[in-house]
This record gives sequence, structure tokens and C-alpha cells, in this order.
Amino acid sequence: MIAPSRASKLPDSQRIVITGIGLTAPNGNDWASFREALLNGRSGVQPYEIRYFGKTLAGICDFEATRYQSKKDLRRGTRAGSVGVYTANEAVKHSGLDWANVDRSRVGIYVGVTEHGNVETENEIYVIKGFDYDTSCWSHHHNPRTVANNPAGEIALNMGITGPHYTIGAACAAGNAGLIQGAQMLRLDECDVAIAGGTSESIHTFGIFASFNSQNALATHDDPTKASRPFDTQRNGIVVAEGGCLYVLERLSHAKARGAEIYGELVGYAINTDATDFVLPNPERQAECVRLALKRAELEPDQIDIVSTHATGTNSGDSQECTALRDVFGHCSNTRINNTKSFIGHAMGAAGSLELAGNLASFRDRVVHPTINVDELDPDCALPGLVLNEPQSVASVDYILNNSFGMLGINSVVIIGRL
Amino acid sequence: MTPAEIRDEIIDILDDISPDEDLENLDDDKAFREQLELDSMDFLDIVMELRKRHRVQIPEEEYGNLASMSSTVAYLEPKMKDIVKS
Repeated sequence: MIAPSRASKLPDSQRIVITGIGLTAPNGNDWASFREALLNGRSGVQPYEIRYFGKTLAGICDFEATRYQSKKDLRRGTRAGSVGVYTANEAVKHSGLDWANVDRSRVGIYVGVTEHGNVETENEIYVIKGFDYDTSCWSHHHNPRTVANNPAGEIALNMGITGPHYTIGAACAAGNAGLIQGAQMLRLDECDVAIAGGTSESIHTFGIFASFNSQNALATHDDPTKASRPFDTQRNGIVVAEGGCLYVLERLSHAKARGAEIYGELVGYAINTDATDFVLPNPERQAECVRLALKRAELEPDQIDIVSTHATGTNSGDSQECTALRDVFGHCSNTRINNTKSFIGHAMGAAGSLELAGNLASFRDRVVHPTINVDELDPDCALPGLVLNEPQSVASVDYILNNSFGMLGINSVVIIGRL
Repeated sequence: MTPAEIRDEIIDILDDISPDEDLENLDDDKAFREQLELDSMDFLDIVMELRKRHRVQIPEEEYGNLASMSSTVAYLEPKMKDIVKS
């Protein structure tokens, strides 16, 4: 018997459920293989080299881009668009929607992004450098590639979707923000089906590596698979990753009417802002964000079975999040805490939605995947309930709380319930 | 470049722009658009590639010369005859 959340008291037309999952992660190109990698400790971090910056590490995806796009579309579009097209098509396929007969004007696309346009701008500057910076050699494709709605718009073009499409720029909180936006638009009856989540192409911009490096926040390690190590005393920064995870969201009434399989219900969410620093997190505001999501869901902290942390492997970021979590969950004996970035690195705009997807399977298999690479737990991060290095079986999983935080002090939390 | 070399160059550019198309059976006297899925952005790619590869400038009012392979080669021949194929 699941302890009821507030959502369960709402009419079905206001309850938002997940009915499809499409993803590409550095260690899996569908939900099942991603889960299998997380339960078997398989990292997706590899050696990587990028123009100007040189050798580094990254989470790299190897999904089959031509499954849903022609070579010409790939040439014309962006990597973020391609990640979006792949994951949106996979999500719709997974949802079992009778896509040929879906009213595409009632489908909305809401894609969270950390940034967009850096990759394409760097590429053009690199090209015109070969022509002594002659701007007449600057591509006419630059603008359609770099408009902020590009990743969502490419999905719309590819799938013939004529409802609303846009991206949600929310730094590394964007994956959750995309999901929240989709739910809100469904509740407002702006669409019947929302394709929502986040994407990232960030490993293709040297600037992100160079900037993290200048900030002393880029991870290094002789063994790439051990470089992303949140909560460990030897953590030394972020591993940048690409990836994407988009969900099919529907109102429960809509999902029931078509007999859809349901993977979880969005029972609570919150977004707030630190308003204290460009990059440094604020644990007080993070805890407020978590509490606000719990309050809206009418859940107590000890009703959360899994907390999926945002921790990126930076020295201060991890301990600050742990301060916030200790404040909210410190007394909870049954709440497990894990981290998915330890496997795949930081997938930026996709992080929130991918990390949630990694945990969603727990409703069914009742296993909590671990945080890997913790050889020596940092005492500042020693939260009760941390699942370290090996998966842990539990009696049941009813509620998962997913944290995603970003620069400029944006915090986002979603709570998903089993249904 | 000879007309044949210019034609080869255009085929090479089209292969880059439209990698999914079969260019083997292209009819030189038929409009590109009747045979290939090319839109205005693709035609701008042809213009851009000629600029980048050979510094050939094509004014907008002369884009119409790029309608078919035959008309393209005939139009480019005086502009590219002194270029040595590398």
C-alpha cells in the first residue's frame, strides 16, 4: 500500500504520469541497457580530445543517429538536435502511442538545456579562421543551428509535431525543469502529450572544458572510469558528458483511456533560486527547494525511498548538497541516497532527466543503484542511507526524489511516485 | 579547370550537401530540384562551398544559373578556367 501523496487526491485530468522513456547515456542507449549498466557498475567515461583544449575525459554517447535521421539532416542540424530527435522518437516508441493517429497539434515539446549554440559558434569561428576571418565564409546554417529552441525544433521537424516547442534554459537544473514545464502545460490543457526532459551536446564545445579547468573544477584521473567520484575524498571535479533523456508525459485520464503502461507519476516538484552567487551553491536554498517539493506532494521526508543527488564531484558542491540533504533527510532511516554522475559524468541539461530515468526502474526491480568510485567517503558527505559502490535491494520503492541544481543558483526538485 | 573537372567538383559538393542522394544517374540537362531534394539553403551551400574552395563569388542575381548541372558548368567555366585542379 503506497502512502498517498497530494497528487493521488487530484482528479485524473490533473495527475501527470510518465508513459514513455527515450534516452541516450554514455553507458546505454535505451532505458533497459542504461539500467543494466548502473546495476553492474559500468561507467561511460572515456578518454576524449577536443580542439584547442587537447586531451581530457568525457561521457560520450554512441547512439545510432541515422535510426531516425538522414545523413543530410545530421549535417544540417546540431548534435543536441540529433540527441533530441533520437530520444524523442525512442520515447514515443516506448510509450506505445499509436503515433500515426496522434493529433500532432496536441503534442508539446519541452527540452531542458544548460546551454546551446556554443558548439556551433566555435565551429564557425574555426572555419573562418582558415579564411583569415572572412565572415562571408560564415555558414548560413549558423542561425537555425544556434537559435535557443533548436533542439526542440529539430524534434518537431523530424516528427511532424505542430504543437508548441521550445527549450528551457536552466543550467544544470534543466532536465528537471523540462519535465516540470511539460507537466504544467498538460495541466493547463495546452497539449495532450508532452515530450519533456533534457538534452546536452556540451562535450563538443572546448569552452566548457576550458572554463571548468580554469575554475579548477574539471576532473582528472589516470583511469577514466574513476574520474567522476562524487562524495569521495579524492574527487577533483566534473567529467563533462553528452546525452539526453526525454519522457512522454500524459494526464492520467489520457493514459488510462488508451491503456498505457505507466512508469511513474509526477507527484511533486519545485524550482527556486539561491540569489547568492554565480557558481557556488547555497545549501539553505537547496533544502528549501526540497522541502517545497515535499510540501506540494504532501509527503514527509521519511516517505522518500530514494534521493537521486545532483552532486557533480566538485569539492564544495558535493558537501554543500550533503549539508542540504542532512538538514532534510538526516533523521530518515529508510531513505537511500545515490548518485548517477559517478557512472556517466555530468550530462548538463540532460543530467536531471537521465539521472531520474536511471532510478525509475527501482519501482519495479526494488534495487537502488549505487554511487560508484567512493574509495574513501568524505566525512562531510557521510549521509545516512548513502548507497556506495554496490547496488542495494530494498523491500519497496514508492517515491523517488530527484535533485538537479545549476549555475546562477537555480535549484530544481521532482518527486516521482509509483503508480 | 576544364568543364569536366568543374562538373566533378560540383558532384563532390553535392555529395557533401546531400549525402543520401544517388548522384550517379544525374541528368545534366534537368533541373537539380526536379531530381534531388534541394532547398534554398542547399543552394546557398553550393555558393558557399565554391567561395570557400575556390574563392569564386556568385552574386545573388546570378543564382539562377545554378539550376541544372549543364547551366552551372557553363556559368562557372569562365570563372574557373584559370583555376588549377589540385
